Amino acid sequence: MLRTLAAALLAATAALALSPAQAADIKPAILFDNGGKFDKSFNEGVWNGAQAFSKATGVEVRDFEPQNDSQREQALRTFARRGNDPILAVGFSQASSVAAVAKDFPKTHFMIIDGVVDAPNVQSILFHEEQGSYLAGVMAAMASKTGKVGFVGGMDIPLIRRFACGYAQGAKSVNPKEQVFENMTGTTGAAWNDPVRGGELAKSQMEQGADVVFAAAGATGLGVYQAATDAGKLAIGVDSNQNYLHPGHMLTSMVKRVDIATQKAFTDAKAGTFTPGITVLGLKQGGVGVAIDQYNQSLVTPEMKARVEQAASDIKDGKVDVHDYMTDNKCPM
Amino acid sequence: MNELVSLLAATVRVAVPLILAGFAGLVSERAGIVDIGLEGKMLAGAFAAAAIAAVTGNVWLGLLGAVAAAGVLGLVHGFVAITQRGNQVVSGMAINILVSGLSMTLGLAWFAQGGRTPPLPPGARFPELFGQDVLVWPAFLLVPLGWWVLSHTSFGLRLRAVGENPAAVDTAGVSVARLRYAAVLIAGVLCGVAGAYIATAQAAGFVRDMTGGRGYLALAAVVLGKWRPFPTFAACLLFAGLDAVAIRLQGVVVPWIGQVPVEFVQAVPYVMTVVLLAGFVGRAVPPRAAGTPYVKDR
Repeated sequence: MLRTLAAALLAATAALALSPAQAADIKPAILFDNGGKFDKSFNEGVWNGAQAFSKATGVEVRDFEPQNDSQREQALRTFARRGNDPILAVGFSQASSVAAVAKDFPKTHFMIIDGVVDAPNVQSILFHEEQGSYLAGVMAAMASKTGKVGFVGGMDIPLIRRFACGYAQGAKSVNPKEQVFENMTGTTGAAWNDPVRGGELAKSQMEQGADVVFAAAGATGLGVYQAATDAGKLAIGVDSNQNYLHPGHMLTSMVKRVDIATQKAFTDAKAGTFTPGITVLGLKQGGVGVAIDQYNQSLVTPEMKARVEQAASDIKDGKVDVHDYMTDNKCPM
Repeated sequence: MNELVSLLAATVRVAVPLILAGFAGLVSERAGIVDIGLEGKMLAGAFAAAAIAAVTGNVWLGLLGAVAAAGVLGLVHGFVAITQRGNQVVSGMAINILVSGLSMTLGLAWFAQGGRTPPLPPGARFPELFGQDVLVWPAFLLVPLGWWVLSHTSFGLRLRAVGENPAAVDTAGVSVARLRYAAVLIAGVLCGVAGAYIATAQAAGFVRDMTGGRGYLALAAVVLGKWRPFPTFAACLLFAGLDAVAIRLQGVVVPWIGQVPVEFVQAVPYVMTVVLLAGFVGRAVPPRAAGTPYVKDR
């Protein structure tokens, strides 16, 4: 009894100690992933969100672009020591560094996008990638003339399997007989930077009949989009809106609104409502979706658009439950 | 039938940079200079080709730039290994590390796209000739040509002698240093072409570390081919063929075994190399003077 009381008291004081630190002037900092802040994708989305936050509040945001893995923990420590708070780390590969530094600086607030760190001063921001990928799958199956679509993943990790599984579910919701080819580029970090291999994987899928290929593979995806464009087929981009890369050949992009997530996380921190734990952004929160703009307008038919909107509202209402690969490491498809 | 054709086409595409880099390694090592800097030189070629093609819109200028960049790195390796008599492995490794960092830093500074070069429009990539990228043909022609030069010309014979017994070549009044510089320069040029092929024919732009270990694979092919042109060529084709098969094996359900895991499929080429090297091709003996700098007065 006494022990639980003491534990409760401790937790309460810890919570108290954390919240007053959220005074009006915060000094936010961002540690980007290896891609760098102008990668036209994931990191740049975070940067845009931070810029929007700065513009709205006048608060300056510091940032650092690591050139190699060993700089991550160093950079986080430097930020924390200099009094930056909150500190946002971008990318799942930063999780171990955030966990280590968050432990040493218990009064500083950390946020991590795409990774999970279980600590009282860390907010983990995740996305329902399976929901956005589901919509991409719906569009792919409707655009496909052969009844075969492809998926090229980067590194073979559960996060990427989650994309693949959502995509397959979406494709099969349109046509239960739709064939979905699935390839992973590799099992190491190099799998994010091998456009040549990505192109080869896409070519092998297209030779088997696929005419729409979705890549969730970082820079490897660039090779996939190029191969699809060269073959006169369609590709689907990922993370940020990549439709502009090959107008007329990019069916759509499965976007993760990291910009919105970043801006919201900083705004919350400024308002003193930092919430540790896991925040998951799905279709309902506007965290994921498919991009339709001037570059792919001609590829998206009205029926396709209607079907995607229907699927999106069904998911939001809970009428359709998209299975999340990461809950049980299995895909029902 | 169709499957087979697509498999062969994929093999040819994947094999080209391996053949070019493999020949670079072969020429260099045959002259007595160990070259583990193939990877770095290819990467430099890839970056130069993509950067120049992106700025000028001309893929041939890109190729020229790639050859120049990799050629200069070859000469740097030569300067360390021949003139300064430094450690050849250290020099090669230094080139790999230098280029990996430098290409990304320059890419960030010039194009501000996370170390990448801007994607190339169709006009700034290699055109096709007889259904394959233009560079495929010279790469395949290189094999008989290289074999003929190495075994039938005085230059080739001297080059090989300098890797076996440089003192004898020196006694005959032929400059060891000049022959070895020629070898590292040829190696650099070939690596440059390989890099240009990767960045501006296979892909459409430069991405950080995009050569992905192909330089080391080419080096393995040289060993597997026992430093001889045709066997090295065969080893390159074998690696490329295994890669093409591996890509098509992914996710395929094999009877009784079930779906083959990605990790296993990817390990197949390396396992094959070890098995072949250990049991089937016999002893691989490198050129006798490979790795040792030549000192005139001993």
